[in-house]
Amino acid sequence: MEKTFRLGGIHPQDNKLTSEAPVEIFPILPKVYISMAQSLGAPATPVVTKGEKVKVGQVIGKPSAFISGFVHASVSGTVTDVVPMADLAGRKVMHVVIDVEGDEWLPEIDRSKTVIRAIKASREEIIEKIKNAGVVGLGGAGFPTWIKLSPPPGKKAEFLIINGSECEPYVTADDRSMREQPEEIFIGGEIMLKALGIAKGFVGIEDNKKAAIAKMKESAKHYPHFEVVVLKRKYPEGGEKQIINAITGRRVPSLGLPIDTGCVVQNVGTALAVYDAVQKNKPLVESVITVTGKCIAQQRNFVMRVGTSFAQILDAIGGLPVEAAKFISGGPMMGKAVANVNASVLKGTSAFLLLTEKETKREPESACIRCSKCVQVCPMGLEPYLLYKLSKNGRGIAELERNDIQDCIECGCCLYSCPAHIPLLDVIRIGKSTALKDIKSRAAKK
Amino acid sequence: MKKFIVSPAPHIHSKQSTRSLMVDVIIALVPTLAVSIYAFGFSAIQLVLVGVVTCVLTEYLIEKFIMHSKVTIDDCSAIVTGLLLALNMPPSAPWWLVMIGSIMAIGVGKMTFGGIGQNIFNPAIFGRVFLLVSFPVLMTDWSIPQAWLAAGKVDAVTGPTPLSIVREGLAAGQTVPQIFAANNFDSLSRLFINIGGSVGEISAVALLIGMVYLLVRRVITLTIPLSVILTVFCMTGIFWLIDPLHYTNPVFNVFTGGVLIGAIFMATDYVTSPMTFRGQVIYGIGIGVITVLIRLFGSYPEGISFAILIMNAVVPLLNKYIKPARYAKGV
Repeated sequence: MEKTFRLGGIHPQDNKLTSEAPVEIFPILPKVYISMAQSLGAPATPVVTKGEKVKVGQVIGKPSAFISGFVHASVSGTVTDVVPMADLAGRKVMHVVIDVEGDEWLPEIDRSKTVIRAIKASREEIIEKIKNAGVVGLGGAGFPTWIKLSPPPGKKAEFLIINGSECEPYVTADDRSMREQPEEIFIGGEIMLKALGIAKGFVGIEDNKKAAIAKMKESAKHYPHFEVVVLKRKYPEGGEKQIINAITGRRVPSLGLPIDTGCVVQNVGTALAVYDAVQKNKPLVESVITVTGKCIAQQRNFVMRVGTSFAQILDAIGGLPVEAAKFISGGPMMGKAVANVNASVLKGTSAFLLLTEKETKREPESACIRCSKCVQVCPMGLEPYLLYKLSKNGRGIAELERNDIQDCIECGCCLYSCPAHIPLLDVIRIGKSTALKDIKSRAAKK
Repeated sequence: MKKFIVSPAPHIHSKQSTRSLMVDVIIALVPTLAVSIYAFGFSAIQLVLVGVVTCVLTEYLIEKFIMHSKVTIDDCSAIVTGLLLALNMPPSAPWWLVMIGSIMAIGVGKMTFGGIGQNIFNPAIFGRVFLLVSFPVLMTDWSIPQAWLAAGKVDAVTGPTPLSIVREGLAAGQTVPQIFAANNFDSLSRLFINIGGSVGEISAVALLIGMVYLLVRRVITLTIPLSVILTVFCMTGIFWLIDPLHYTNPVFNVFTGGVLIGAIFMATDYVTSPMTFRGQVIYGIGIGVITVLIRLFGSYPEGISFAILIMNAVVPLLNKYIKPARYAKGV
């Protein structure tokens, strides 16, 4: 019996156009632009200066706060600039620009394909290595992984969930990783189990990835701490709160964290990055990225160096298709629309999606017909039509909080389903951020 | 330099629109329309045409000349109202009756509240109940119009509806089994075509086909139809078990008196039904209970129209107080 989360959810078209395309190595382009904002929290502080020579894996940015992370050179060459540049949305962020010369890695990094099974590092060493390798969550939010693996005092982890659901349409990066590197994922998982001091892990995979399920189940025979759980294809199955509910039946309390349910959720890509960091001394300098969209000729999966600029990728795939109207970093449900094609690949970039105007156009808004579809599909059991109305009218934060706006995970199911094309989530986001600010300021007063 | 569209996620849509949902409801009514035209011929066509045209025209005129707002007849919701009202008329009703009903349905039942999405009462039912109260004789004249395609082929009950036959029979001192035997009410063929009642009640099978279509297309969910039907079934079942001589069996009750068309097409009207699952269950049970109470103890033999109208009025209250099961609460 396939498992799934209890409330809501939608079934958008899969469009996994690249699931049969093996991961290829993307060429290293002459210039990379590495953003210092690679994780949730504060951007890193650059520690290199103009003119400095760097090797792959060398630290170029240091954490500037508790929630922040190391950033490493993803190429070798000369730093030509350390300068604020626009990110994909157009916000200025500090970038390190490197002119590529060869591909020279730091000597301590093991680049061989040999799988190293024995985990020699102690718990403390594991955390230290993951922190120093700049590993962040690759499932979307980009939370520094070492913090998630160090539960605060009083909280105890019971289960590790490796999230391989990849419920976003089009994206196949995790699917390919599971098919091509199942052992490395499990070893990454074992390392995280050791770091957490627990012995039970799950890998959740949606049933549209039969080949990945088969590979992972086969490999799981050698990793008895792990159980592969087949999940029903339903968006947002891969949401942290949803996958916890699907696999354990538990629910994360309002404003709580997954650790409150005894679960730590890590993405498949993160597990691979952990393996690389601990077993191979390899920092996070490249990620698997799906390049897709029905309007492009070459739909492929690539492993790309962090800092590769979007414009360069467009060139490499044969230029921008005429019909392409929207350019998305990530999947179509939660990815970000790119305003600036000169922005560059981040550690957490999972896909590179081009949609035509027909595929992505928002129809004009009409009157709400109270069809209740938004309520039916909300995976958090909220009433989007009501939250929209309350947010729009600015009818007081208390009313918004009473209707639990703070629990919205911004998955977009409501807007996707609304037959009146009402921009539900756009407006709810505004209401939610107001409510959260208020909740935080009250908590600070206490 | 090419410009990209930049807007917040999500970047794709289900492609369902108000219009596509309404068109699906119209498609779901096609089997019922076909059977009623087969049985009642020109009179059914006339009722449907007059109902639809009047509803659409009324909406257009009010939006254009009174409200001075955007004309929204292209969402096809007025077509649905006209169709449903026509299907809830007696087959021999004159054309002007459905015209008056349509003007009331759209003009008063829908537009006075502000148009689509704003009305409290289901416009088609509002129109029908208005006619039932204003023209009680015409609205309960169940004589068969000049037969057409089905002349001589249909096992027709001329005159009253099965429910009123039962009511009169009981008043005359007969028992239910006697009435059933005399009128051949147990015949299975009645599921396919059963004359005696409104135009749209003609075929239970046609209505159920429509329901399956609406479910498959995800236009409606089973929550409301099932709550209504199960409530009618269980409640009449209890009375029947206690006294089968004086109460009709639950299957008969579900398949007569507009329960099916009401539960599938009228009670599921988006605008006038609750927003949450639990609200919808309460609403459905309420409709079922009121229907049965009217049938057994009221002065009308049917009752689902009144039941839906009464429960429509409770919907705002249900939306306010009946909240969905929250993911993050009670953990």
